[in-house]
Amino acid sequence: MMRILAAMVLAMIAVSPAPTFAGEGERTPKPVVTIENPGKCVAPAEEMRRNHMEMLKHQRDRTLRAGIRGEPASLNACIECHASKATGSVLGTAEGGKGRNFCESCHSYVAVKLDCFECHQPKAKFKAAGVKP
Amino acid sequence: MTAPQTPDRNPRRAFIAAAGAGVAGLGFAAIAPGLHLMAVGEANAATEARKAGTAASPAVRWGLLIDAGKCAPGCTKCIDACHTENGVTEKLPDPRQNSQWIRKIELVDRRDGRKTELPMMCQHCANPPCVDVCPTGASMKRADGIVLVDRHTCIGCRYCMMACPYKARSLVHVPLTEQNPEVPRGQGCVESCTLCVHRVDKGQTPACVESCPEGAMLFGDLNDPSSAIAKRIASVPTTQVRADLRLNHGVRYQGL
Ligand code: SF4
Ligand code: SF4
Repeated sequence: MMRILAAMVLAMIAVSPAPTFAGEGERTPKPVVTIENPGKCVAPAEEMRRNHMEMLKHQRDRTLRAGIRGEPASLNACIECHASKATGSVLGTAEGGKGRNFCESCHSYVAVKLDCFECHQPKAKFKAAGVKP
Repeated sequence: MTAPQTPDRNPRRAFIAAAGAGVAGLGFAAIAPGLHLMAVGEANAATEARKAGTAASPAVRWGLLIDAGKCAPGCTKCIDACHTENGVTEKLPDPRQNSQWIRKIELVDRRDGRKTELPMMCQHCANPPCVDVCPTGASMKRADGIVLVDRHTCIGCRYCMMACPYKARSLVHVPLTEQNPEVPRGQGCVESCTLCVHRVDKGQTPACVESCPEGAMLFGDLNDPSSAIAKRIASVPTTQVRADLRLNHGVRYQGL
């Protein structure tokens, strides 16, 4: 429920022509979302904003429980594409201290806890020490 | 819960049956080619990668045959390879809290002092007690026999750790940051050997199997009579540890 609500809030912000609290003096700065590889997403931005959590939830069950690999919706694929080119991660402070990296920027703005990365590796092309390709 | 059971392939039974029919020679003939194959050692030919979009098949049952006779004393190469592959690198102040996906066990025969070493890990039971007791359904068995923890639903209650007769499972005690992207793992969830499911799905063999300098481990499909592992199980005596529990393991031992 929280996530759906958050997605709606996000979507509203994205489409509203005159954001209520834009500009200087706002209490919470609006997220600065940097898209590193525009136009490559598996679905249009509106759909991703609304449904990415559902897509990932169903994919994770198919992959882990049924063993289906190579699905279009994949957290690792999201990370590979959306990780900041400067810091290599989808989490943390963006380059130059302006805003935060892709996943964290919106999630911290709408105060939705980002559990994925307690287990999943948030860095693109991360090679755990010693692992062969 | 009812999984396709691997047929009992005790070679002695086949022999006794043949002998009973009055053609004892046939029994030997059937055993001999199997032994020959083992000597040639077509071990661990990479299995085929499953096509993207297809589910794990119940026609397959992944298994591991470990030859304790070949396992070298003091060697920990399989443990190192496993823990590197799966990012199990944390070293906690209390070493009892470190995760163990594999451990080495030494057996000593007290009568004559004979020592045997063997690697021990999740035995990938066909009737897994860890799955029976899990209150959330997180502990699960894939169609191809690999027993896994779905960390998305695991609440870290550790029931499965108590239920497992082989101490195969560990709880992650601390926040982690160095995970292999293909092997997500984190604090508060229970984990165990995944038979390197991420490698197996790509057609590779588990990291431990690949690392063993003695060739003591053989990986393959127990259900495929033409696989090296099924042939060897059909031709030499192998055991399941605590076979009396009748859990029907995917991991078998030879030379115990
Ligand atoms: S060995 Fe233990 S963890 Fe592995 S399937 Fe059997 S009961 Fe479960
Ligand atoms: S620790 Fe996790 S997998 Fe084990 S029994 Fe509890 S919920 Fe299930």
